[in-house]
Amino acid sequence: MINVIREPLIFEISSPGKSGVRLPALDVPEKLDVLDGLAIRSDLEGFPEVSETEITRHFTRLSQMNYCVDFGFYPLGSCTMKYNPKVNEKVAALPGLSGVHPLAPEKLAQGNLELMKTLEKLLCEITGLDAVSLQPAAGAHGELTGMMLIRAYHQAHGNPRKYVLIPDSAHGTNPSSAHICGYVVKEIKSNEKGTISLEDLAREMTEEVAALMVTNPNTLGVFESDICQIAEIVHARGGFVYMDGANLNALAGVTRPGDMKVDVLHLNLHKTFSTPHGGGGPGSGPVAVRKVLEPYLPVPVIEEKDGQYHLNYNRPQSIGRVKSFYGQFLVMLKALAYLLALGPAGLREMTEIAVLNSNYIRHSLKDVYHLKYDSPTLHECVFSDKFQKDFGVSNLDISKRLLDYGLHPPTMSFPLIVHGALMIEPTETESRRDLDLFIEAMKAIDREARENPELLRTAPHITYVRRLDEVQAARNPVLRWEKK
Amino acid sequence: MLARIGVDSVEDLFCCIPETIRLQNLLNLPGPLSEPEIVEYFEDRGKKNLYHRYLSFLGGGAYDHFIPAVVDYLSSRGEFVSPYTPYQPEVSQGTLQVIFEFQTLICQLTGLDIANASLYDGATGAAEAVLMANRVKNKKRLLVASNVHPEYRQVIYTYTRNLGLEVVEIPYDRQGRVDQKGLESAFNSHTSVLLCQSPNYFGVVEDLETLGRLAHSHDALLAVAVSEPLSLGLLEAPGKLGADIVTGEAQSFGLPLSYGGPYLGFMACKKEFVRQLPGRIAGQTVDAEGRRGFVLTLSTREQHIRREKATSNICTNQAHCALRATIYLETLGRQGLKKLAWVNLQKAAYALEKLTAIPGVRRKFGGPVFNEFVLEFPSDWSRIKQKLEEREILGGLALGQDYQGLEKCALVTVTEKHSREKIDRYAEVLKEVLK
Amino acid sequence: MYPDNLYYSKDHEWLRLEGEEAVVGITDFAQKQLGDIIYVDLPQPGKVLEAHQTVGSVESVKSVSDVYSPVSGEVVAVNSELSQSPDLINKDPHGQGWIVRLKIKDKAEVNNLMKAAEYEKYLEGLEH
Repeated sequence: MINVIREPLIFEISSPGKSGVRLPALDVPEKLDVLDGLAIRSDLEGFPEVSETEITRHFTRLSQMNYCVDFGFYPLGSCTMKYNPKVNEKVAALPGLSGVHPLAPEKLAQGNLELMKTLEKLLCEITGLDAVSLQPAAGAHGELTGMMLIRAYHQAHGNPRKYVLIPDSAHGTNPSSAHICGYVVKEIKSNEKGTISLEDLAREMTEEVAALMVTNPNTLGVFESDICQIAEIVHARGGFVYMDGANLNALAGVTRPGDMKVDVLHLNLHKTFSTPHGGGGPGSGPVAVRKVLEPYLPVPVIEEKDGQYHLNYNRPQSIGRVKSFYGQFLVMLKALAYLLALGPAGLREMTEIAVLNSNYIRHSLKDVYHLKYDSPTLHECVFSDKFQKDFGVSNLDISKRLLDYGLHPPTMSFPLIVHGALMIEPTETESRRDLDLFIEAMKAIDREARENPELLRTAPHITYVRRLDEVQAARNPVLRWEKK
Repeated sequence: MLARIGVDSVEDLFCCIPETIRLQNLLNLPGPLSEPEIVEYFEDRGKKNLYHRYLSFLGGGAYDHFIPAVVDYLSSRGEFVSPYTPYQPEVSQGTLQVIFEFQTLICQLTGLDIANASLYDGATGAAEAVLMANRVKNKKRLLVASNVHPEYRQVIYTYTRNLGLEVVEIPYDRQGRVDQKGLESAFNSHTSVLLCQSPNYFGVVEDLETLGRLAHSHDALLAVAVSEPLSLGLLEAPGKLGADIVTGEAQSFGLPLSYGGPYLGFMACKKEFVRQLPGRIAGQTVDAEGRRGFVLTLSTREQHIRREKATSNICTNQAHCALRATIYLETLGRQGLKKLAWVNLQKAAYALEKLTAIPGVRRKFGGPVFNEFVLEFPSDWSRIKQKLEEREILGGLALGQDYQGLEKCALVTVTEKHSREKIDRYAEVLKEVLK
Repeated sequence: MYPDNLYYSKDHEWLRLEGEEAVVGITDFAQKQLGDIIYVDLPQPGKVLEAHQTVGSVESVKSVSDVYSPVSGEVVAVNSELSQSPDLINKDPHGQGWIVRLKIKDKAEVNNLMKAAEYEKYLEGLEH
């Protein structure tokens, strides 16, 4: 992936008159008066003109500049970069499923509706909750939807309330989603174990608090062992427990959010359920809820009666729509295919191996990299650069050096409570051989940090481009190509 | 592995989960299925979708366009399908350059300065557009044309409901366009934005120049939603006519109908609003050796840094859909896109002429159209629709449930996939049905 | 290293008195914590502020920091050069990198701020 030709922008290799596809000729009589009253553009200034061969080479070369799960280990913490089984792609591309117009009459789309309803049922079983909406487009969208459901409930009961409590270890989308839902965010400090302090929670949890948003296991990979007491405290004041399901790969088949008294949960089908990330989407962020919140789910809701499926739009208490049509349908198909392939024992095994792999890495590297919290962790573990800092080497430098080893770095940008974080989530995808390769690379990089820190500070050395100047990119933004 | 960790069994790794909430049994789930069984399972469900037997003239924000083979072929490469968001630019130049090219294409189509990497879909794009205008102008009144896609408007209501914003709907006139009198009386000093759609939900192309002038004279922005962006191959770029924000749905560009998703929201705006633009943005820079490269930039707008003060909570977006759209647009190119838009316009015009030649069928709105139009029938559309369905034709989308007074009307969509023969067949059957 | 003629806040803003007015910026310590500054969000002149109220924000590539007004007052001018050259804050935080000029409401509030020596001591405390 390194020996590629410098690939220009498509606009730079364009030459007049070329096109990558032959379109059919017009088979109806041409009329010119149809342009009456229309503002017509004189041209598509700057639009590329290239042949099919050029298109193919352009994108093939671009693709070769990407690191991906199909290529190797991708331990991006909280992102659950597991292998994407190829049969899932195959079924999602079946024209009988993907060719249906979203506004087709229900009776002509029974197969699709059945598939969606089936996925809803499976997600209810996995989460231990009562109802699911598949409409949200991604995790953050699911969060927003979940918070809107909570707000709608409180509103219907006389007071939408004012605050949402969020632990300081949370992902940035949590406070952002709560805010867009009209709530003021109050941060809860983590205790020395890296989990929510019950005393802090009890103090902050008033009748003006709509909900607690909790990620479990949290972004440190630590399970909130007091989750049942946490839920009791929140429920006692009439609040809801919202769980961010980003880390469900640590729990599926082993325990269920519903059994922990969680009220609302969003799932990331593109994490736990193996649908590909596509370089940043599409994802899918279904929301699962307890019965009391069901009336507020987005419309339409899929209903089943006598083997026939029906879209119900008549739901007076619904928050309304959060997206056009029914959600990321093709992504749902991939997740369903994944679940069918796993079966109940396979799902549990998925979780067990993910947790085993993470703990294997943690125990193999704990003497080499600093662990701020020594609480037991599940599917991911968070080291920091504290030991390497003494040699002037940061988590960024370590990460960039990993690229030279042909490995993708861990997550660095959060949790904010660990300075210089290296958040590692191997998932169940990796074999012991691959884990050992990573562990050896991390150990070698630690040695390099001590012996030749400059090597790390200037890494990566053998990638398509070297370290990029992000300051220049932000100070003088160039956000599009322009004709010189 | 267990020995290295220092536990006896995998079960021990879960000791941090209280016994009381640990599952004692396996979940009640189907499977495991083998690979051929999975394929068969989905193929069987596909057979239950009878849609494919029908000749369909459905559109309304989801369009059946031809997709060149090269789009499927290149976009299914694992290097595009299986990476995460490009957080490590040194090993993500492929994805980043694609986003940069996508942003450029969207700017060229919309006639605006900058564009983001994508949003979820046209509906959430419309909601993000009015929220953005609210941030730019810091005024709470948002005008939304009633001929904007009903689902887009519903999402706008859902998004704005909890934020103390006032959404006011503007009526449409006999042309099917935004009613200018109604619009003028709706503006006041608290108005941030007028959001309209062009071509609108009735398929009618709006007079954006006038709408822009009106909005600007009231110190408000003009935001334009485009649900059929193929129209931009022919129509003047909204940015050149006064639009400050252009958002929309780019499903038409190489994405299958997919029963509604994943689709592709896009958003472009004037340069001065860049810090209020939601979503990811790729920018050009240089590497340590001075070579051109691309990074995600201006991230301080986003949730992972600004948390509750972010411009939007969007994180994962529709990168792979944007990739497909980029391949699609670059394959068609300058000539191809213009030609395809022309073909759509002409076929729709042919269909409109053919269908309105049938006694009792008339064109509802006088305004100019692109590839969709509204027809009015002698009786309720629901009855005609049913009769057409008996003849395996889906003749259009009902409007009655969303617009009072349009119970006799339907929105008919024609694309390059409708041969003359198919259009003629629709006309013949409709004629019989109406006898 | 911190100029004696300035006053300092715990949020790492500095203030220089000029008659009834005060010039405000962020300290060298603050700019170093942020790293390369790429954007400064400036207030509109005329904005009236309480002490500790947000007067604007300063952004680096990966972080945003609110700037708080050390005293109450009205914004009379902003450093518009920062829109073109935000790096002035990195290059000369206590001089050319000033952010706003305020008309002070109550001069006594300045006494709540730290002198250079005090601030340096405060910084030492933070490092541990």
